[in-house]
Order: sequence, then structure tokens, then C-alpha cells
Amino acid sequence: MMKFERYEWLAITIMISLFIFVGFIQGWSVSLVILNMCIISAIMTMGVNISWGYAGVINFGVMGFLAMGGLAAVLVSYPPITESWQAGGRGLGISFALLVVLVIAVMYINKTVIQKRNRYILNSLIIFFGILIIRHFYLNATHNIEDVNPAIAGFLGGLGLPIIFSWIVGGLFAAGVAFVIGKVALGLRSDYLAIVTLGISEIVVSVLKHEEWLSRGVKNVIGLKRPVPYEIDLQNADWFINLVTYLNSSKLNNIIDVTDRQQVLNNLIIDGSGIFVKLSYAILFLIVMLIIFYFANKAQLSPWGRMMRAIRDNETAANAMGKDVVKQHLIIFVIGAAIVGVAGAMLVTLDGLFTPSGYRPLRFTFIIWIMVIVGGSGNNLGAIFGGFVIWFSWIEAAPLTTFIINLLTIGLEPTNALKLHLLDSVPYFRYLFMGLILLLILRYRPKGIIPEKVRHS
Amino acid sequence: MIDFLNSIIVLLNFIIIPGISYGSQLALGALGVTFVYAILRFANFAHGEIMSFGAMITILFTWFFQSQNIGLGILPTALLALPIGIIATIILCIISDKFVFQYYRYQKSVPVVLAMVSIGVMFVINAIIRIIIGTETIKFSDGQKFIMKAKQFKIMTGLNEGLALKSSQVITILITVLLLTFTFWFLQKTKTGKSMRAFSDNEDLALLSGINPDRVVFTTWIIVGVLACVAGTLYGLDKSYKPIIYLNLVLPIFASAIVGGIGSPFGAVVGGYVIAFSEIMVTYAYKKFFVYLLPSSMEPTGLVQLLSTDYKFAVSFSILVIVLLIRPSGIFKGKVL
Repeated sequence: MMKFERYEWLAITIMISLFIFVGFIQGWSVSLVILNMCIISAIMTMGVNISWGYAGVINFGVMGFLAMGGLAAVLVSYPPITESWQAGGRGLGISFALLVVLVIAVMYINKTVIQKRNRYILNSLIIFFGILIIRHFYLNATHNIEDVNPAIAGFLGGLGLPIIFSWIVGGLFAAGVAFVIGKVALGLRSDYLAIVTLGISEIVVSVLKHEEWLSRGVKNVIGLKRPVPYEIDLQNADWFINLVTYLNSSKLNNIIDVTDRQQVLNNLIIDGSGIFVKLSYAILFLIVMLIIFYFANKAQLSPWGRMMRAIRDNETAANAMGKDVVKQHLIIFVIGAAIVGVAGAMLVTLDGLFTPSGYRPLRFTFIIWIMVIVGGSGNNLGAIFGGFVIWFSWIEAAPLTTFIINLLTIGLEPTNALKLHLLDSVPYFRYLFMGLILLLILRYRPKGIIPEKVRHS
Repeated sequence: MIDFLNSIIVLLNFIIIPGISYGSQLALGALGVTFVYAILRFANFAHGEIMSFGAMITILFTWFFQSQNIGLGILPTALLALPIGIIATIILCIISDKFVFQYYRYQKSVPVVLAMVSIGVMFVINAIIRIIIGTETIKFSDGQKFIMKAKQFKIMTGLNEGLALKSSQVITILITVLLLTFTFWFLQKTKTGKSMRAFSDNEDLALLSGINPDRVVFTTWIIVGVLACVAGTLYGLDKSYKPIIYLNLVLPIFASAIVGGIGSPFGAVVGGYVIAFSEIMVTYAYKKFFVYLLPSSMEPTGLVQLLSTDYKFAVSFSILVIVLLIRPSGIFKGKVL
């Protein structure tokens, strides 16, 4: 296991004390909400860090992989809708089977027909007519599915399993998509690769937005089952009431009046149930984060990690040493994407709803990249630190800006147009902060706050 | 015969004219991206926001002129404000170069680092725009909206189908032709243009022959500022101005630049039109067209639409991926101005 340096302990201490600080100032509920998102962000950042920091493979498709993870959460946990399956299951099955036949036919032609021109002509003919036929079955089926009770259903539903399984499935989904993207695009130069992955992630999200039979599209899926207890159940559970009474016994004993005491206890229980739920999420997420952190570090220190660094630092030399650069790039791209997919499933689990239109590149690709750069690419602790710090400042930027604006415009009247306009645009200042942080880090600490350790071994 | 004419009018009205005007906007944007790529050698993710910034300044001055009752009659007031927007955009470009990009150029950083830096710049400009003008959709085109309305055309020709010609479309096309001619003339005939071409072709050789790199970069940013501001304003004039939309526009712009061959100005223009036309043609429902063209017994039942309009963005990217796979250097071999 790795040893932490002094500044790394400092970073960890800063992270923890930030949350304690917020807990005292803004309440523990707020602190835990931020903490949960921070942990998820840290996992996303580790995913990107693995492909970029270890091997120098750029991945701007974070948004798409997150969305795939989210889709997994829906498909795993939502109860199946039998009417939809009856309405369109057969049609979908037929079109899927036809698609497989089409792919096999194209592969067969590619193998047998040698002359290039004939091959192109045959292939395009087969693909064109194949798609026409498939479309017929497919459109009918999807139309039927979307007609089933469109107000609350209108899609196939899922498997009805506990949502926690979706964290693994989400990783697999994202890995599958990443495999296809990697096969197509990984040969490209890094800036082309950035643009292509960005574009493909847009395609993934637009598919999820508009294929209503699969993901309910822009109508969103709500009410996904939680892996942790619901507040309302907690509030009626005896053990929880006893626990809250026990924890606050000194405070409660000071109140003499019985009705007052009951009142205070009820408030405490309501507050406590919210905090309990968030705390359980935090513990679950923390476990996943630590597992991924452990294995990521293990991998980085292993011969495989050394090979990855070699490939990153000098591709030609690594190639000359007999390392299969293309294959290793694909492997690491898929692994990174899978971790991002896990984070995507966790994100949907936390929210309990899946909103495809909520996936925007600014929020779900570029911010994650800022986390990686700021934290320190190539260092997993740095990635976690970046995730925590950036998400923390993303959330706390608004109160901070309000404070600063009020301070700067203290001489102006409260009805001053400039002051009102500035206060109205407080939410946009966070983009300014993010950009400035990124620019400053790239300029003055290009390796990130916690840089990669140079190992001589 | 009448049916044939009608079908042609349908195509003109719904595909060709919108395609040309959207394509012109993309071409101007892609030209800017390509200039940055050829001279400064990085993919500028901030380009969309630069366009948005130019459009925003133009809008602010359009409002100012409107409040002073200064206008151009039938032409939109935005044309009057456009030069001011252009100057502001050029200043923005030069400031961002002086304070941000220059350092990395002197450090000889790898292109990916510069791309990351441009993302930082993108965030900052994005924030400035949102703070100044908010996120609401703004319509700022005034003057005469249509040069020809669909109804007028129907009465004029007696055909069933109307042909509408928005003035913003005509303005877009005219300005694009003007600007493209000027850019290509500048690159081919003037001394500065030639030095820029030399610089993009072989930097070391250009430096040896006494070309001042700072001057070349400075000129590049001026051209980029002009192109970006005009493209952004024209897009806003044609559709409507919405700060968030420009981030989405970056992707088709990159696609156009790469499809045409990044670094090649001619390729960027062609790429713009290729992307625009394929986006529109693939997602257009051809039912009306076939209704006119085919005998009534063969009339299509569905919409005859290859893909639903929801997949507009997907189309441009699929083309990008296909081009990169078959011909990675783009249609016209890129890298040199």
C-alpha cells in the first residue's frame, strides 16, 4: 500500500475540515449533500484520470458514459412493464435479430468479395435495404410501446432489481460504448480524439433523449427505488426514534413540558431522518470510492501501470519495446469509461430520477476535466482532491459571490440597477471561477495541486 | 410540369435556401477555427463563445441605436452595430492571446495543453456573456423581415407552393460571399497573407526568412475576430440569439473544419456547406416532394424521413467520424493555409 506524503495528509485534512466547517455554518444536511456529490465527482475524476493521467488518452466523452450509467440504473431498477413488452417486444426482437443478420452479412461480404468496388456497392445496397426493412418493424414496435399508457409508462421498463446492481451494470454499459468508440477513434491524434469523443457523447445523449421506448426520453424516469431507507419509514421506526432520543437525551431532559418536548423530538426526528439517509448514501459511495482508489493505486504501481506511463511518455519507444500501444490504449480507455459509468449510475441512484436532457457538456464533461487538471493528473489522490475541491467551489461559489458583490457595492443603494443586475447573475459567476481556476492552475502549477510522483524504480 | 415546378420549389424553400444560409454561418465559423489551427496550432474550444461575444456586443449596440432611433430602414439595425461588435471581438481575441495563449506559445506547449487552456478561456467568456446579458433568448432582427413572402410568391407565379425568402438569409449569403472573397484575396495577394501562409506551412523556415511571428499571430487574431463576430451575429440574426446555443454550435463547426481538412480555408468553407446540407437533407421529411413528383398511386404513406430532426447533431458527427475513418486529412488535405 502506498504511503502518503505530508502535503497529501494536508490535502486530506483540508477536505475533511471544509465539510465540518460547512456543517457548522450551513447545517449538516447541506454539508452531506455536497459531500455526496463530491464523492461521485471524485469517482468520475478518477475514471478520467486513469485514461488521461496514466496513459495520456484523452476522453471528452464523460457526459456520454455518465448517461450510459444512468440508463443502466433505470434498466436495472425500474419494474418491468408487461403491457409494453406485449405491445412491442416481438417487433423489437425481430428488428434486433434482423440487425444481427445484417451485420453478419456485411462481415461475410467483407471477407468474401475481394474487389474493392464491388464490395462497396454490395455493402451499401445491403445496408440500405436492410435498414429499410428493419425500420419497418422497429418503428411499429416503438410506436406501440410508446402508446402504452404514455402519461406514466410508455417505455419498456427495467428488470426490477435492487438499484445497487446497476452500479456494476452501468460500468459495463459504459465500457461497451467505450469499446466501440475506442475501436473507431483511438488511432486519431489527441485533439481530434477530444473532438470526436465529445461528439459521440452528444450522440449518445441525443439517442437517450429521443428513443422513448428505451429511456422514456425527455419525459424523464422518476421514482427509482433507493438502496437506503426512506425518510418517512425512518420517522415511524421505533429504533430510529429511540436512537434520536438517546443522542439528544441531555437536550430533551432540560425541557420539562411534555408537549414541548414531543414537539422538539418530532423536529429532531425529521431532521435526523434526512441526515441519516444522506449519511447512508455517503457511506455507500465512500466504500465504492475507496475500492476504486485502492485498485487504481495498485494498478498504477504494478508493471502494467509502469508500461502505461512508458506509453504515455514515449509512444514510439514503447512500441519499439514490443508493447502493443493500440491495444493498451483501448484497454485503458475502456477501463476509464467504465469507472465513469459507475459514477453515472451512482448519480442517478442519488437523485432517484433519470433526466436525459440534464446531460450537458459544460457541466458533465468540462467541469470533470477541470477537476482532473486542478487535482493533478496521474495521481489518484489528486483526482479525488480535485473532485472535492472543484465541486465544493462550484456549490459554494454562489454564496461567496453574493457576499463579495454585497461588499463591493456597499456604497450603492439597494435599488441601484447595477447592483440588482449583478445580484441576479450570481449563478453565472461560478463559470467565471471555474475558468479562472483552470487558467491559473495551468499557468502556475501545470501538474496540478497534488502532482504525480516521479518514481525511480 | 406544374407538379415538377412545385416539387422544385419545395426543395428550394425547405432545403436549399436554409442550407445555404446555415452553411454560410458554419463556413465562417469553421474558417475561424481553421485559422487558429493553421497558425497557432491548437483546437480552439472557445471559438463558439467568441462568436457569442461578438453577437452580444452587436446586440447591445443595436439596442442603443434603436433607443436613439437610428436605423437602416428596411435593413436590420444590427448591420450598423456590427462594426462595433467586430472591433470588440478583435480586442477580446487579442486580450485573450496576450494574457493567456501567448505564454504557452512561447513555452512551445503541446496542442492538447493549449486546447485545455482554450477550455478555460471558454468558461471565462461564457461567464462574462451570461453575467452581462443573461441566458434569455433574444430576437434582435428588425427592419423588413421578408424579401418575399410565401403568399406573394404563390400569387405571383400561380404555383401551389410558396417560396419564402427571409432578408436575414439574403444578408447572410451576401456578407459571406463578401467576406470569403476578401479573406481569400488577402491570403493570396497581400504580403501579410503570404507570410501567414508561409508561417502555417513551415514555421522554422518562415522565421528564418525574417517573418515576424508576433505580427502573423496578431493578424490571425484580427481575422479570427472578424470572422467569429460576423458568423455569430448572422446566426443570431437568422435564428435568434441564445448564449447557450453557441456551445452546441462549436461541435458542427469543428466537424465542418475537420471534414473539409483542418487548416485549409477552402476546405473549411466546403465542409461548412457539406455539414449544413447533410444535416438538413437527412432530417427533412420528403413526403411533400414525392407527392408532387410521383403519380398518386405511388404516393408515399410515411413521412419519407431518414432520421427524425432530433438527430441533427448526430448527423454532423456521423459524417465527421466517417470522414476521419476513410480520409483522416479531410476532403482537402489540411494543415496549410
